[in-house]
Amino acid sequence: MEVLKIATAGSVDDGKSTLIGRLLYDTHSLTDDKIEAIRNSSRKKGYDYLDFSLATDGLVAEREQGITIDVAHIYFSTAERSYIIADTPGHVEYTRNMVTGASTSQVAIILIDARKGVIEQTYRHFFINNLLRIKDVIVAVNKMDLVGYDQTVFEDIKQNFERLNANSTYAEQNVSYIPISALKGDNVVAKSNEMPWYQGETILQHLGGIESTDVNEEGEVRFSVQTVIRPKTDEFHDFRGFAGKIKGGNLKVGDQVTVLPSMTTSKIESIYFYDKGYKEAEAGSSVTITLEDEINIARGDMLVKSNELPRVEKDLTATVCWMDSKQLRPGTRYVVQHNTNRVLSKIAEVGSVIATDFSGKKASDGTLGLNEIGEVKIKLSKPIFSDSYIANKSNGSFILIDEHSNTTAGVGFIN
Amino acid sequence: MDTTEQKDAKVFRANALESEAIYIFREVVAQFEKPVLLFSGGKDSITLVRLAQKAFWPAKIPFPLMHIDTGHNFPETIEFRDRLVKELGVELIVRHVQDSIDQGKVIEETGKYASRNTLQTTTLLDAIEEFKFDACIGGARRDEEKARAKERIFSVRDDFGQWDEKNQRPELFDMLNGKIEIGQNVRVFPISNWTELDVWNYIEQEQIEIPSIYFAHKRNTFLRDGLIWSAEDEVVFRAQDEEVQERTVRFRTVGDMSCTAAVESTANTIEKVVAEIRESKISERGARIDDKRSEAAMEKRKQQGYF
Repeated sequence: MEVLKIATAGSVDDGKSTLIGRLLYDTHSLTDDKIEAIRNSSRKKGYDYLDFSLATDGLVAEREQGITIDVAHIYFSTAERSYIIADTPGHVEYTRNMVTGASTSQVAIILIDARKGVIEQTYRHFFINNLLRIKDVIVAVNKMDLVGYDQTVFEDIKQNFERLNANSTYAEQNVSYIPISALKGDNVVAKSNEMPWYQGETILQHLGGIESTDVNEEGEVRFSVQTVIRPKTDEFHDFRGFAGKIKGGNLKVGDQVTVLPSMTTSKIESIYFYDKGYKEAEAGSSVTITLEDEINIARGDMLVKSNELPRVEKDLTATVCWMDSKQLRPGTRYVVQHNTNRVLSKIAEVGSVIATDFSGKKASDGTLGLNEIGEVKIKLSKPIFSDSYIANKSNGSFILIDEHSNTTAGVGFIN
Repeated sequence: MDTTEQKDAKVFRANALESEAIYIFREVVAQFEKPVLLFSGGKDSITLVRLAQKAFWPAKIPFPLMHIDTGHNFPETIEFRDRLVKELGVELIVRHVQDSIDQGKVIEETGKYASRNTLQTTTLLDAIEEFKFDACIGGARRDEEKARAKERIFSVRDDFGQWDEKNQRPELFDMLNGKIEIGQNVRVFPISNWTELDVWNYIEQEQIEIPSIYFAHKRNTFLRDGLIWSAEDEVVFRAQDEEVQERTVRFRTVGDMSCTAAVESTANTIEKVVAEIRESKISERGARIDDKRSEAAMEKRKQQGYF
């Protein structure tokens, strides 16, 4: 079945968990024992309503503090399709976990408390969805029940948000506005009787109409080799298959391909998925291909169509979101992982820090701290075969791995 | 090669979840020295085996399977396990919780709710050390339990097997970072994003064979705390006043017998099982007593090295 991935964003107490709970509850995706567990925990906390955050906040520390620290993945489905919600934290200090959740999502729901309107946190959430180029953004104005379902409150917030949107660099982004009450269930799954002035879709209706295209389906074919399959059995003695996932476009038997970095060319001889051969395979497919010529190909090499070559560059300029408590400083070394390719790199320059309130770039002190986003120049020990993030999300992004701690310290979006 | 097949070949459109899982398997083999697939004989690990076959065909699965045997298995599961391994021609490693008990490393629980489920952790960590496994592939899914919902696909554990849930590595797009220190270990979950129903649909679609206890059968059982327990093995504690009755049941998960309850069911084909799961008002783990010990039972077990 088709899967649509959603990231939620909102500040503390905007009602994210309640919204998720409501979506699950109203689509009958919660089983009786889970509802019972939520009811028990809610009662223990002295609430007279079902506190759905007890279901979505999976860690003890989260339930103690009543905040979301790390991404939880939550599943629900309708007869038409399956949904995965990445429930991401709203706090500034967990920006990295928010980026983690949003990176694989196709839609973002940004929650706004109708009583508070657009606040600083909203800027950051929208900015990150802009930066990641999430195609569809739903601005859900929540707690409409607490403002008497007043249309002017909703229209004011919508106008403020539109002013923010005017500064966006991503003009193709679809932003829609829905007035809801997650607690009462207005316009989440069922249409609200309290807001006759709103003629638009409910959140679920809107989600149902969004086309589910994966990050890997965008742009031209980029086939990054994960591993080489050599069975060396009697039956498949000479089989040399290149296993990987097709990112962008499609591959056909007979396509003329160029192998990077060697720049050797060959033709696609066969495309296998398990034990069946196919004449063509589409983006997003994990296939195994063989070529007509014997070429030395290893993990990290990339196959592309010969008329669709990527950039081959040794100097990267990228927007980097920093995720490590150790600052990013010029002169330090990191491993750049780009698709399945790993290259040693040196940070050349941290140019400027980008304000997440859309006020533009600011001069930096030459470093990037945890959860900061900035323009970074990186020197690579070997060239990578890249595209801009705008042209191809999976080939236009990379991670920076700390050589000492091995952690994923940052993520970059190639300019 | 196989040109006859290619002549009438079609266009391949991926099932997103299947392609994602295959991609993860290939990353494991490329990034680690000594991976192993944790195999319990349950439907999720059986699904993993099929996905691994697909990932590396026409080569064999390039890592062994390992079963941490609590000694309280359903006999049907063991029989199935041994047959599958033979068919695939892969290596099977078995390590026994009983050995950990005999060595005095763990102490068997006693009483009405005694279970060996938690004891598995010690046996697993010892086996990881013994074979120097750097990646353990498991069939956990994020929809199973709220602590599981927080799990990364590549989940780094320290050299004590501990999960630091508050300091997990960011995981962006599909770039998986498996770089670790010697002694550390990564737990890998290729079907993280699958739901229980996705697994069942896949088993139906692929016609994957599963142990017979998943299908309705007659069994001697007794009731405790509203759940149905098997009375056919002495490892399940039964009080004298708990009356044995024959019921038509099946199992929804296959865990340690002492903590896995049955459900009343007449579903005796895969189609009927799928239909039943689709309509079910009880979650899969509703019949796993080990999760009901406390609000954070799973999180605590994971911190200690449970997979």
